[in-house]
Amino acid sequence: MIRVIVSRDAIDIADEFTQLEQGGAVATFTGLVRADDGVATLELEHYPGATEAALTRLAEEARARWSLTAATIVHRVGPMAPGERIVFVGTCSAHRAAALEACAFLIDRLKTDAPFWKRETVDGASRWVEARATDDHAAARWS
Amino acid sequence: MKLLYFAWVRERIGLAEEDVTPPATVATVADLVAWLAPRSPGHAAAFTDPARLRAAVDQAFVPLETPIAGVREVAIFPPVTGG
Repeated sequence: MIRVIVSRDAIDIADEFTQLEQGGAVATFTGLVRADDGVATLELEHYPGATEAALTRLAEEARARWSLTAATIVHRVGPMAPGERIVFVGTCSAHRAAALEACAFLIDRLKTDAPFWKRETVDGASRWVEARATDDHAAARWS
Repeated sequence: MKLLYFAWVRERIGLAEEDVTPPATVATVADLVAWLAPRSPGHAAAFTDPARLRAAVDQAFVPLETPIAGVREVAIFPPVTGG
């Protein structure tokens, strides 16, 4: 199973987790909006169509590389508050190593390969978040 | 050719998308950026530093040196920041 969702709706982790249970080992990653430096709101813009295609390609690559029985990527778009879930990645495989590695691969590569842009509001002023070189390095270790 | 702009590129230009017909001398995405820059003060502001730009051709990420002959859609945007 490959499941890719890009939505303005809140992420229902319990439902996503249940759908992932298709083998011996499930691994998941959940990203939450941080309140770093007084961030009041975070807004996610994306490239409709291209985003879903990029995430599906990543999930298919992970499924082939680690023999996954399930891979899920759910990403929020639109406005969010600190503490809200912004991204959920889950994998299922026969054994833990494959599930854990594939989960790390998906979140690392998602950060560099999918067309999302974050805009944060601090003290009433909003600004686009700059990309970080550490994300490029994390993604590069899987190639 | 359909152009799509995202994030601060979209904001500086003041458009989310536009249709253009570049001349044949505009061979690559980088050429396209240079050709678009004089269209308006907003385009100039968005495209002043091509090193800060990324692109997708027909919805796939590509380097700016990529040829654009025959493509339907080019998107120009800052480095991505999802996850």
